[in-house]
Amino acid sequence: MYSTIMVPVDLAHLGTLTKALSTATDLAKHYDVPVVYVGVTSAAPGPLGHTPEEYGDKLSSFAAEQANAGGIKTSSQTLVSHDPTTDVDDALLQAVKDTGADLVVMASHLPGLADYVWPSNGGKIAAHSSASVFVVRG
Amino acid sequence: MTDQSTDQGIPEPEGASDIIQTDYEIGQDNIEAQIGPFGLDIHNPVFLISGVSIIAFVFYALALPDQAGEFFGWLRPALTSTFDWFFLSAANIFVLFCLILIVSPWGGVRIGGKDATPDYSYPGWFAMLFAAGMGIGLMFFGVLEPAYYFGTPWGDAPLGVVRPFDENGMLIEANVEEARRMALAATSYHWALHPWAIYAVVALALALFSYNKGLPLTIRSAFYPIFGERVWGWTGHIIDILAVFATLFGLATSLGFGAQQANAGLEHIYGIPNNVTVQVILITAITAVALISVVRGLDGGVKILSEVNMVLAFLLLIFVLFAAGAGTILSEFAAGLVAYTQEVVPLSNPFGREDTGYMQGWTSFYWAWWISWSPFVGMFIARVSRGRSVREFIICVLLIPSFVCVLWMAVFGGAAINDMIANGADSMVKANVIDNYSPELSLFAMLESLPLAAITSTLGIILVIVFFVTSSDSGSLVIDTITAGGKIDAPLPQRVFWCTFEGAVAIVLLIGGGLTALQAMVISTGLPFTVVLLLMCIAIVKGLRSEPR
Repeated sequence: MYSTIMVPVDLAHLGTLTKALSTATDLAKHYDVPVVYVGVTSAAPGPLGHTPEEYGDKLSSFAAEQANAGGIKTSSQTLVSHDPTTDVDDALLQAVKDTGADLVVMASHLPGLADYVWPSNGGKIAAHSSASVFVVRG
Repeated sequence: MTDQSTDQGIPEPEGASDIIQTDYEIGQDNIEAQIGPFGLDIHNPVFLISGVSIIAFVFYALALPDQAGEFFGWLRPALTSTFDWFFLSAANIFVLFCLILIVSPWGGVRIGGKDATPDYSYPGWFAMLFAAGMGIGLMFFGVLEPAYYFGTPWGDAPLGVVRPFDENGMLIEANVEEARRMALAATSYHWALHPWAIYAVVALALALFSYNKGLPLTIRSAFYPIFGERVWGWTGHIIDILAVFATLFGLATSLGFGAQQANAGLEHIYGIPNNVTVQVILITAITAVALISVVRGLDGGVKILSEVNMVLAFLLLIFVLFAAGAGTILSEFAAGLVAYTQEVVPLSNPFGREDTGYMQGWTSFYWAWWISWSPFVGMFIARVSRGRSVREFIICVLLIPSFVCVLWMAVFGGAAINDMIANGADSMVKANVIDNYSPELSLFAMLESLPLAAITSTLGIILVIVFFVTSSDSGSLVIDTITAGGKIDAPLPQRVFWCTFEGAVAIVLLIGGGLTALQAMVISTGLPFTVVLLLMCIAIVKGLRSEPR
């Protein structure tokens, strides 16, 4: 049914992703397909790494942990953005193309007032990508 | 169970660089909170103290307008006159420092690591650094300054050059050539190497310590080699707060004055009333466009607007060039370059000068002004300069903008001086710059001496406004990053807050008075920042020494 599942992760807020992560693992087992974890960072030093490499290393060990814990195949991909605050959606859309994922599993917050002004990440990915999108409420 | 780590998303392997090992974690002092629908991620205490002290100073200027006006009205000239030698010497040091870096082996160090590739292409990069760094000044001073030096009767002629007008305002033929040559040289001196060297020092220090050393992208990081771990404490807080303070008030007061200039232009051309209401509408419109730009982000907003800006400015430049006679003006440009080269040494001599009116009233004022803007412009340039080698960086931040500025001044100043020579007492430029000093109209007066004035003046006003937007949006990004402790992925509402706050401060000061007082205050911060910049030069050398080349 699916060939690759893509899961956008924010390493700084893993706590909010628990449900989405286990959903992705379950789906990966069910369809026997690999999961690719995608993280967006900037070239400037941030809390998660002084360079994009450092960030990439953290993301790839995160992917390995998930593989061990869930018994699935995983990989990771780091995306570098000039302005992550505003460009996350576009970066993720690009990642869908690059990874060839046909199912995106992502966490979302409860829609609030601000979503009328700025659509949520999940909403935008669903509207602009050819992949199926599973938005998991936290 | 495999881990096929693919890292195609990373621009290129970064290669060797020399990361500073520190226990400080970026964002460790930050407060993350959720207020209603808005997420926050702010540095404690930089965000709060900056915001509160800005509000306090606005209240001070509004509550005690005379006292504030008197104090800062005294402080600014007192500083630029007393410390003229210091400002001039420091600026000379920055120019020499940059020129030495170009030819030194350190020029080969690459920002972002040995194998980093540039984040932006040359045109986009250049448009952004130019639009943030100078923009509006070119519109305001491009005609004013050369015309002023050419005809000034107030005894502040550069290097005491002869006057081309006699007491009745008639032209003295014999003095024209020399006065014109010196006017272009003296203007170019304020817009070419020195200001860009000031920006380059700040930008290089921040880029190096952030992209190569792994420290957060914020002003304090450049001081790591000097203060060590103490930069994460109050020493660093104060540096960052000062930078936010100077940037926000610098932008807000310029926004206020810019609205007045645009309004003067609108009145001049279309007869739109010149009053506070129109100016408040202008500030609101500028802030609204800047808001759209910051919400669209660095690539989708700021970069595109900067490029639009460059195209418009280039069109105006080409028009003035041909309308005023390309042959004459281009020879003017060549003459301007020669004059600048000949006079830059005497003009930048800090000691034993007799033309103190020019040296203190203009040069020292300008240096303090550029320096007070340098944290903002420098940090913005740093952010977009990853992947360039130090040599490329300095050539593009120092030499090419200098060249463009000399060209701009030769074209606009040359056309203005031509008008003063050709039309003598009837010259509109002379009327607005010398006879009846109204600097905000100088550009429009020059455009009126050329054909199609209605179209070009409108283009001029649009440019003034767009230049403000491009300063305002990049400034908001910079303040947002500093007040988020160097995180560049802080939640969107924060940059929206700073952009709006800046417009609000401008409107309050415009209505309540206090623009002049607070601008004088900002320029006064140039003095402490000069010391800061000198320390940055030392930090750059220390930082470059350990980098692989």
